[in-house]
Amino acid sequence: MLISVTVNGDVFEREVEEHWTLLRFLRDGLGLTGTKEGCGAGECGACTVELDGRTVNSCLALAVEADGASIRTIEGEADQGRLSTIQAAFARHHAVQCGFCTGGMVMSVRDLLQRNPRPTVEEIKEGIEGNFCRCTGYEQIVEAVLDASGQLDAAKGVLRHV
Amino acid sequence: MSDRLRTVGADVPRVETVEKLTGDALYTGDLLLPGMLHAKVKHSPHARARILRIDTARAEALPGVRAVLTGHELDYRIGLYVVDKDILAKDVVRHFGEAVAAVAADTPEIAGEAVGLIEVEYDVLTPVLDPMAAIRDDAPLVHPDLGSYAYVEAAFSPQPGTNIAHRQLVRKGDLDRGFAEAEWIVEREYTNPSVQHVPLETHVVVVQWKAGDQVTIWTSAQSPFTVRNLFCTALRLPLNQVRVVVPHVGGGFGGKAGIHLEPLVACLSRKAGGRPVRLQATREEEFSLLPCRSALTYRIRTGVRSDGTITAQQMTMYWDAGAYADYAVNVTRASAYSSGGPYDIPNAAVDAYAIYTNKPYGTAYRGFGHVEFFWGLERHMELVAQAIGMDSLEFRRRNLLRPGSLTLTGERITEHTGDPRACLDAVAEAIDYGRLTAAEAEHERTTGRKVGKGVATLHKAPAMPSFTATAAVVKMNSDASVVVNIALMEIGQGCDTALAQIVAERLRFPVERVKVAVERDTDKDPYDWQTVASKGLILSGNACLLACDDLLRQAYEVAGQALRANVVDLDHDADRVFVAHRPEESVTFAELSIGYAFPNGNGIGGPLVGVGRYIAQGLTNLDKETGQGLPALDWTYGAHGVVVDVDPETGEFDVLAISSAYDVGRVVNPGLVRGQAIGGMVQGLGTALCEGYIYDQQGRLLNPSFTDNKIPTARDIPARIDSAVVETAQLDGPFGARGVGEHPMISVAPAIGNAIQHATGAELLHMPMRFEDVWRALRSHDPIDNWITETPVGSCRSDLPGGDATVHPADAVAHPGSTHTPEVALP
Repeated sequence: MLISVTVNGDVFEREVEEHWTLLRFLRDGLGLTGTKEGCGAGECGACTVELDGRTVNSCLALAVEADGASIRTIEGEADQGRLSTIQAAFARHHAVQCGFCTGGMVMSVRDLLQRNPRPTVEEIKEGIEGNFCRCTGYEQIVEAVLDASGQLDAAKGVLRHV
Repeated sequence: MSDRLRTVGADVPRVETVEKLTGDALYTGDLLLPGMLHAKVKHSPHARARILRIDTARAEALPGVRAVLTGHELDYRIGLYVVDKDILAKDVVRHFGEAVAAVAADTPEIAGEAVGLIEVEYDVLTPVLDPMAAIRDDAPLVHPDLGSYAYVEAAFSPQPGTNIAHRQLVRKGDLDRGFAEAEWIVEREYTNPSVQHVPLETHVVVVQWKAGDQVTIWTSAQSPFTVRNLFCTALRLPLNQVRVVVPHVGGGFGGKAGIHLEPLVACLSRKAGGRPVRLQATREEEFSLLPCRSALTYRIRTGVRSDGTITAQQMTMYWDAGAYADYAVNVTRASAYSSGGPYDIPNAAVDAYAIYTNKPYGTAYRGFGHVEFFWGLERHMELVAQAIGMDSLEFRRRNLLRPGSLTLTGERITEHTGDPRACLDAVAEAIDYGRLTAAEAEHERTTGRKVGKGVATLHKAPAMPSFTATAAVVKMNSDASVVVNIALMEIGQGCDTALAQIVAERLRFPVERVKVAVERDTDKDPYDWQTVASKGLILSGNACLLACDDLLRQAYEVAGQALRANVVDLDHDADRVFVAHRPEESVTFAELSIGYAFPNGNGIGGPLVGVGRYIAQGLTNLDKETGQGLPALDWTYGAHGVVVDVDPETGEFDVLAISSAYDVGRVVNPGLVRGQAIGGMVQGLGTALCEGYIYDQQGRLLNPSFTDNKIPTARDIPARIDSAVVETAQLDGPFGARGVGEHPMISVAPAIGNAIQHATGAELLHMPMRFEDVWRALRSHDPIDNWITETPVGSCRSDLPGGDATVHPADAVAHPGSTHTPEVALP
């Protein structure tokens, strides 16, 4: 089936198999491999993308459902190689370790901050609870989101020396 | 010293963080090769069965199928320490989820359909599931041919004719005399189930077996050289015909340390005429086709005097290796010699067994046995202290290792080994141990919950061969930047950043001029044993320092000729080599980098390439009967302190705070240390509170998904989670540093268990600790079996060897003046 989608501002017209997920279309059809598959069952959030302004697990959406839609993936987050505010904060706060959850995590944070520009710690945790991270323990991600939302005073992660 | 360091100790952002943040970073699963096929695996639905017939005819006839494989075509056996595993099951299957056949096809859908067309007829046998039953004389053998398998004889002792893949003995002092000196003897048994690592990236492999037996393997592996070496041994190929390439890895935690899917995918590629074949494990396969962490039953019997001095300790470990030995035998070895924790135990005996069962097999997992046995050990220390009426913090302090103490294997501790006391005191202070703050007292009043506090210690040394080695190459570019080649893998732990800082520090360069090459390649990078064991910082760090020294020596040699100066009179800064007493006489690194040219055109020197090799110094094999020897490159000590609140009626609880302290020797990068600390503690929370394999009585895994096997989310982390470091310099560590990758996961669970006990008196012996377990413990009901169950929701264990008296929470915790010797089915 022929679909037309806008991804990170570019329009693509592609033939897709009806059973292809949006995740597979993005990765295998468009070569946008920054979106990852962690479980294929909508549980881990590694495949999170923005579909018409709402985050979805792209492993649960069919590519044909995205016909006519506007999609944003992690590849659209930086601007001409310049990191976005969220990305820069992630880098400063060691909010990335293996990086496999990072793309989906950043998409969820972006969605959160669009809805709620100054979230509390609890609201941040709620906003990213659908995104598993097995490496960081989330704390430095929360700090990065506080920083990215202009709440640097609250983003006080310290290693104490005793 | 620290004020003279510029880069080491600085909070440098991770060097590879930008490409991970933009989605540019390529992982194995992102690779696309021309003509690439897709593989799928046919799994055994049974834990133990004879394969009577496999019919692949319909699968082979399916259009688009390019290769179908079964076990009988593959005359190879794989094994890390005991060579016991076929690439595909032959004649028998030994665990639920084991691979019995595989297909490579044009698309994943065709491969999947073909797998469904393969018919396998089984004669289903009663599985061996409980390791305690598996070591009885009449138990069926998981590996009847154990006596014929090759194994690493220097370190392991398989017991042919039994299900024991390895037995590790440690003997120190005089156990009988120690118990005779005791006034109290406390004995308990502690258990935990198998657990899955859950890297976000499942195992993925692409292999192309080209003409002339030239094989290239792209794989999500922690240890490229180990994959290559084991692959070549099994497939009988020379090492220089096999190349292993590893791009970014999406988490490992030990689950990607050995060799796993690579041989199967390689054989599919060969059968498909050399086309590249890709296999990515599904999340479900991650739980049962790929290995897990071994379950443990840990029995501890401690003799203690009323003043709190431990006089003797007998420790018996029953490790559930599952169907194959893999790393479980080495987990058994390493945990045996560490099993007493950071305590001075004058008389000790350890008997540790790795036991074959018909379950998915155990492998390395962050902590390498220590998460599991510290659950028992640090719960036990709490119960011993309680038995003799002593505060448990004071009891621990009294028995901690100190300079002059001997470890279980006879290693003498010095003031440089590290400071467990400082770690323990730091966490106790951080959680206001021993008292409730005003806010906590108010919390109790307003919620009706009880606040409890607990501490637990930890230690771990790298578990590795005595001669573990690595190398590093530092190459200078013509702009005086450098590229570092190593084969230690960046799997998220931050080694690329830490090593870049170490190189920058040694060269006196800004860190921006140091690049650690991302993709590892066994054809291009120098050897490294494995990325495991928290040994990377010391071994690869030292190799990098030596490579820098080698490069500087070459630069000075050429600079000496260019400047007409003796090398001893030279010094350097970030940009130039100069005459120390006449700094204006200088030559730049850029001018030296690829060969120096005199004004008349004459050239000297050549490209600056520093090579550093490092090997663990002074370690020995362990005596097979006594376990005596020197196995430890270094010891990282630490402690956790936990605050919980518990509903004393329902057993519901929350972890309010976790505090940690580790003696890291020297902080190379505080952001990285904190990342390891917090990430490890939260992984430890998962293991403590919710994760674990549940089987039915036929050995089928009931919860191979995130729906039924929860891992912590952002909402599960405590409101307060903090980390501290002690810096007792490691004499042979780079700038004094020692590893801390695994340690934060250790002893989170017992600190929580101790805090729950403090709040409510619940005596928890099994982890994970779910609300219902606390509720049961409060009512002295039997613990829920998390291991083999009649129903998916759990059942009570009734068949524990040793009888009721030693394991049931209702019984008295101590038996003054008498010992308690349960019936144990020792081989």
